[in-house]
Amino acid sequence: MLTSGAIDCDIHPGVPGIKTLLPYMSAHWQSAFIERGMDGFDPASYPPNAPISCRADWRVSGGKPGTDFAQLQRQALDHFGTRFAICNPLYGGPMAVSETMGAAICSATNDWIAAEWLARDPRLRASIVVPAQAPHLAVEEIERLASDQRFVQILLPAAAEMPYGKRYYWPIYQAAEKYDLPIGLHTGSLFRHAPTSNGWPSQYLHDYVAAHQVFEDQLLSLIYEGALTKFDRLRLVFLESGVTWLPGFLWRANKTWRGVRPEVPWVKAAPAELVRHHVRLTMQPLDAPPDAADLGFVLDQLGSDDMLLFATDYPHWQFDGDAALPAGIDAGLVRKMMVDNPLATYARLGK
Amino acid sequence: MTRHVVAAVRDLPPGGRKLFSVRGRPIAVFNLEGQFYGLLNRCPHQGGSLCEGLLTGLVLADTPGEYRMERAGEIIRCPWHGWEFDIRTGQSWCEPDKIAVRQFPVQATSGQALVQGPYVAETIAVSVEEHYIVVEI
Repeated sequence: MLTSGAIDCDIHPGVPGIKTLLPYMSAHWQSAFIERGMDGFDPASYPPNAPISCRADWRVSGGKPGTDFAQLQRQALDHFGTRFAICNPLYGGPMAVSETMGAAICSATNDWIAAEWLARDPRLRASIVVPAQAPHLAVEEIERLASDQRFVQILLPAAAEMPYGKRYYWPIYQAAEKYDLPIGLHTGSLFRHAPTSNGWPSQYLHDYVAAHQVFEDQLLSLIYEGALTKFDRLRLVFLESGVTWLPGFLWRANKTWRGVRPEVPWVKAAPAELVRHHVRLTMQPLDAPPDAADLGFVLDQLGSDDMLLFATDYPHWQFDGDAALPAGIDAGLVRKMMVDNPLATYARLGK
Repeated sequence: MTRHVVAAVRDLPPGGRKLFSVRGRPIAVFNLEGQFYGLLNRCPHQGGSLCEGLLTGLVLADTPGEYRMERAGEIIRCPWHGWEFDIRTGQSWCEPDKIAVRQFPVQATSGQALVQGPYVAETIAVSVEEHYIVVEI
């Protein structure tokens, strides 16, 4: 298998529901959830029965996608010959309207992943899920778990209450730098603000296809507000952002910066250079052009071999069979995507 | 290289700039506190007339959110898209090694010296009592 020894930077163990997390909650939150009968904190971005949410051959009989440990182990790890896989659970903790409830769900999710997934397979690593709606509580959660080297990243939804360059979020970046943890931004939001810059779409299809727009906004915000100037060691990993939209965006950002730079004098390098320094992207989905011969051109336009990270996005349906790596990617780049770039991005994997 | 007398010094006081045509080339001449600098009057981006741009300083910052202005009067911003050029060097601020405007040496020279040396004064009558702006091209 071509992917043998690869580091899979984005897989999704499924959280079955609140009941599964109750043992990892305080007495207060246990009774709060039980008394109020609350459940169903799955984000709307991946409706469990939507085809994109799970490949047909990866469906879990009688359960939500990604919830069967042995099946995930067999399909996502053994089958692809994976060396490490980074678990990014997508559940409602980072999105709950109540800050404290969100924090409780996040903590429980993290402790559940550690106890029931990381402890059972040494190939598994995980992101720390944090309450994006409460940066001060996010920092507490990072502090609580940072010493556990199996947590290799901080996970945030791609959009939250405000653009991520705002100083409101800087304590999270400070903690990320302190503990050598990249920030993973995963497609999704708090699901109470319009998911596009133009308001609410009527269809899921629109929402899904437009998902990369918010990554552009976050990049502009992080650059121009000065977050990337302030936190030079910060690394951002865009998860499921797609990739091929990036070159044209970088050209536009560079061109305009040359003309309006005095507005943001703390930005001392061209936006494209900053992005190449700070940002990494998982390669499923890649949104590759239909002709494999064209893919090399697009990837060259990124201007760096260091940016792409291998990922299957298991169990989401991004490809069929074993075709995790689209044709047309140079062999040297494949090797960098599968091993070198993940090791460089996630310092903790090498320890 | 030939030396071209383009104007008398008193016609271009400090802080001023003026466009000249020298052997068919548009050259913007700047007087920066008595020192003269010449730039080809075509922005390397799309050819905007630099001489018509905003003559300003450099906005700098050590940390996000803090602004300070330095080098007042030494930076010309292209009137078309705002690209910034250092009038002392012709270099763009954003990509000084890649993007620069061609420079032409400009000096203030006494009429006495001009009378003695080779020069071209196409439109200017030179008097030994005056000082003149001389562009080398």
